[in-house]
Amino acid sequence: MSVAILRQGDYLIASIQVDLSDSQVLELRDDLSDRIGRFRARGLIIDVAALDVIDSFVARSLGSIAITARLRGAETVITGIEPDVAIAMVQFDLDLAPLRTALDLDEALSLLDRLTQGAGEDGA
Amino acid sequence: MNQENHPHEDPPPQVPEVDRSLLHELVAYLRDNRTELREEWVARITQAQLLGVMTPEEIFSEVTAVYDNYVDALETGSIETLQAYARDLSERIIPRGVETHEVVGIVLLLRDVLARALFVEYQRDADLLNRILDAYEPAANRIAVTVSVSFVEERERVIREQQEAIRELSTPVLQVRERLLILPIIGVLDSPRARQLTEQLLGGIQANRAKVVVIDITGVATIDLTVANHLVQTVEAARLMGASAIITGLSSKIAQTLVDLGVDLSMMRTVGDLQGGLEEAERLIGYRPAVKGSRPDAAAT
Repeated sequence: MSVAILRQGDYLIASIQVDLSDSQVLELRDDLSDRIGRFRARGLIIDVAALDVIDSFVARSLGSIAITARLRGAETVITGIEPDVAIAMVQFDLDLAPLRTALDLDEALSLLDRLTQGAGEDGA
Repeated sequence: MNQENHPHEDPPPQVPEVDRSLLHELVAYLRDNRTELREEWVARITQAQLLGVMTPEEIFSEVTAVYDNYVDALETGSIETLQAYARDLSERIIPRGVETHEVVGIVLLLRDVLARALFVEYQRDADLLNRILDAYEPAANRIAVTVSVSFVEERERVIREQQEAIRELSTPVLQVRERLLILPIIGVLDSPRARQLTEQLLGGIQANRAKVVVIDITGVATIDLTVANHLVQTVEAARLMGASAIITGLSSKIAQTLVDLGVDLSMMRTVGDLQGGLEEAERLIGYRPAVKGSRPDAAAT
């Protein structure tokens, strides 16, 4: 597996280090979905800081991972999008609204804290 | 000027089949009469009211150097030295406001002065005069073109440098406080500038770990569809990097344009003026901006 998936408390952290092929992306999606259920994770952070390029398939897949994760009970935050990557992504004409983003891991963790806390309160 | 004409229109590299001996004689004549011809030239320049920004002494010293270079170029057929000198001279006189027509005029004046002198010198022998002019004219024209082109090129280089400088100055990214940036945009917002703005903004977000950026367009008079869409994309790109963008100072004219153009503004957070924008930004920072639809009650904590 080309993506390291770490567990941190209630959260999973997936750090993508190399460009992924389309099938690897799908594999990642299934793997994450599976682990969210297995570890009862409430949050998922996908770190893409090492990527110089995010093509439209990967961008769309990130969105579908986020939606899948939510259905499985975890909020997703993408972190580490580089400026050039951000410029390219907004030109794909995709709906990126499902993607929650944060500048770095720190931010992503505190954003998840707030999101999951809020969900807990709403549920209560 | 007529940019596309210049680069490929280089004159033939060598003086065509003219009598080297004639050219030699010609050059010797010009050298012998250097003082008078040079003075004649200066007189003509003054008379034509060219180079008004320079003092007579300056004109005289430049004229001397150009004259010598000119004659050397005639003699050797090699224009490199003259070209370098013309560049150097242009670099000195452009900041003082010397115009292209002045430079061209001066070079043509020298050509006229020298041609006139040749007429006077060789008028008794029409045949010889013809051959002398055959030798002189192509070389002289080539020199005139070289000097003018050097000047124009130098000027274009200066203009390019200045454009670059203006562009860099035109979109400052300022950190107001920890994790809060503002981008005051003043003047015309066209596509290249909008693109540059995006780059600077995203770079600034990364460098300063910004959470909120306030883009103030109070100083922008109009906006077109391309730029408006670009602005929307910029806001979205900033969000992808984890920062919220607030647009402030939309004039009523721009607001109407945006509506008329049908730009999708649902992702844009706008506040009337810069002050309001900063207040909103501080509220967001105190209370984490990346959450959409933030609830005011949490701001108290």
